[in-house]
Amino acid sequence: MAFVQNFPFMSILLSLFSGPLCSVLDGKWARRVNTAVIAVIGIMSAFVLKHVSAGQPYVYRMGHFSAPWGNEIRVGTLEAFMACFFCAVMLLCMLGGIRERAAQIEEGKQNLYYVMVNLLLCSLLALIYTNDLFTAYVFVEINTISACGLIMIRQTGRTFEAATRYMIMSLLGSGLLLLGICHLYAVTGHLLMSNIKEQVQVITATGRYHISLMVALGLMSVGLAIKSALYPFHAWLPDAYGYSTLSSSAILSSLVSKGYIFLLIKIFYRVVGIQAVRESKVVNVLFVFGIAGMIMGSLSAIKEENLKRMIAYSSVAQIGYIYMGLGLATDAGAIASLYHVLSHAATKSLLFVAAAGLAQASGGSDRYGDITGAGFRNRLAGVAFTVGSLSMVGMPVFSGFISKLLFARAAVGHAHKMLPTVIALAVSTILNAVYFMKTVIRIYTIRPVEPGREGENPGSGGTGRQSRGGIGAVSAIEVAEAEILPKETGRTVRLLEEPAKAAALVCFILLNLILGLNSDPIVRLIQGGIEMFE
Amino acid sequence: MHWEYLLNNYEEAVAMILFGIGFSNLLLQKNLIKKIIGLNIMDTAVYLFLALKGYISGRKAPVVVDGVTRAEAYINPIPSGLVLTGIVVSVSVTALMLSLTIRLYRRYHTLDLDEITTRLKREGK
Repeated sequence: MAFVQNFPFMSILLSLFSGPLCSVLDGKWARRVNTAVIAVIGIMSAFVLKHVSAGQPYVYRMGHFSAPWGNEIRVGTLEAFMACFFCAVMLLCMLGGIRERAAQIEEGKQNLYYVMVNLLLCSLLALIYTNDLFTAYVFVEINTISACGLIMIRQTGRTFEAATRYMIMSLLGSGLLLLGICHLYAVTGHLLMSNIKEQVQVITATGRYHISLMVALGLMSVGLAIKSALYPFHAWLPDAYGYSTLSSSAILSSLVSKGYIFLLIKIFYRVVGIQAVRESKVVNVLFVFGIAGMIMGSLSAIKEENLKRMIAYSSVAQIGYIYMGLGLATDAGAIASLYHVLSHAATKSLLFVAAAGLAQASGGSDRYGDITGAGFRNRLAGVAFTVGSLSMVGMPVFSGFISKLLFARAAVGHAHKMLPTVIALAVSTILNAVYFMKTVIRIYTIRPVEPGREGENPGSGGTGRQSRGGIGAVSAIEVAEAEILPKETGRTVRLLEEPAKAAALVCFILLNLILGLNSDPIVRLIQGGIEMFE
Repeated sequence: MHWEYLLNNYEEAVAMILFGIGFSNLLLQKNLIKKIIGLNIMDTAVYLFLALKGYISGRKAPVVVDGVTRAEAYINPIPSGLVLTGIVVSVSVTALMLSLTIRLYRRYHTLDLDEITTRLKREGK
């Protein structure tokens, strides 16, 4: 056995033990340890990816107990790639939110934040790699608890309420998941995914226990759908993402819900078998609610007045896309969903960090009225927000376009679901464009400067007005709105005022461009990974 | 309808009914403490179901006594292990929920989650 094969197990253990380590360090050292751990795990995952993409997927026996008894880790290209990608996104999210964490987390409790982040990373890695359903359940709970900690570390009434609602919905979801796993265990007598799949094939061949199997599949799908905020279960999401500290919002939206979705895809392919899933009606339910989420999430986002909450509602719509792809129950649909997982993770965290940059240039407020013209006051954040918006709307060059293209392609081959999918894609794209472009226009609208204050704001005033007069004229209504607003609260943010955030934004933009321009190898990798699932 | 299935497996039916009671309490109750009670009923119902699945009538608990090592003498030990793990998870989650409830009560002097939400909306923060 090559030494590289130990890396997945070592990365889970490393993040697990660095959690308690951070609890005895002070804030600064905890941050360094956390950054180092995430980076090391990312690099280790890259080595694992190189190893498995050259050869076969392998199974790692924990404690060297073999198949039906022991606990196992299974590593294929998709798992290794996801681990690597999640580490990269998490590192950038942590990098982008340093200033907000310093301001919003109580003094002396900074290190606890890193405990939570390390445990979250550990549970995500375990969800990605594990080959055992009950282990997956335990790590789902660890994921929930640490995510709850991430929400409530910023201590306001809003976050406590959001954390409580988040916990309630998550516990409902994990209750259903656990019951589904118990049903599956009762029918098959195994907990390891590969063993369950063998037994399921035997059972479906004989035709016995069909109802139990479908009940188990339904319970697990609905449980994980609740946990990843599929449309009717999304009530907790805007508060949880909107009021927590920046790194938390970015990590929660881009990684936590994705861990559950990845587990669901694994259950579809590696536990129940995609054939049985295709024949069941469960996927149709996911499909319908996915489409409902795409439309309703966007409608709520259009009505929202607060930038961060708008981005949060947009997440509801994007989760809808992912479930729509799963609902197609074809390989092409699953590939599109997985690609959207990547593209949404890269884009949504970019948007959150950019929104924080815009708020920073607007006196810390992220209400629509206050961010007028913020794109001129914080140029990098403005550009980054525009890139993220264009990607979410689905402009070519950016990653969102590729995932929409993949969804449309997956739908075209499908007998019954082609028309609803394509119509939903079109409608949802228009709705996305409405709220994202509205925001982009607003951040590039010059706010009229009061006569006495002309000289005070060189960055936001004079020069911009002449050169960008055209944009200002287009949105004359918004300029008129802006005149009613209270006095200028913004200030110009220099490019290198906060190098970490600038670096994170640039890296996110690059990540987006890589996903958008170099999609073929990544799609091939996902396809290969799904074939390895079989 | 096959009523005899229900009668033969009445323990499982009880577990499912309890699960439903716990689930709807956790979802629908306004009072946070009642929600937590619902959570515990729900989790316990799952453990009951699991314990039933491991039980084989006429056999003993899987603890080796009197030197009997035949597997046929004991019930299936794996569900018992799963129940133990589940209890640990449930305890930690309950503790977290209770601590959140205490925080909310200290701040708003009520256990009604909806009232807390309306008050937060009125404050406009």
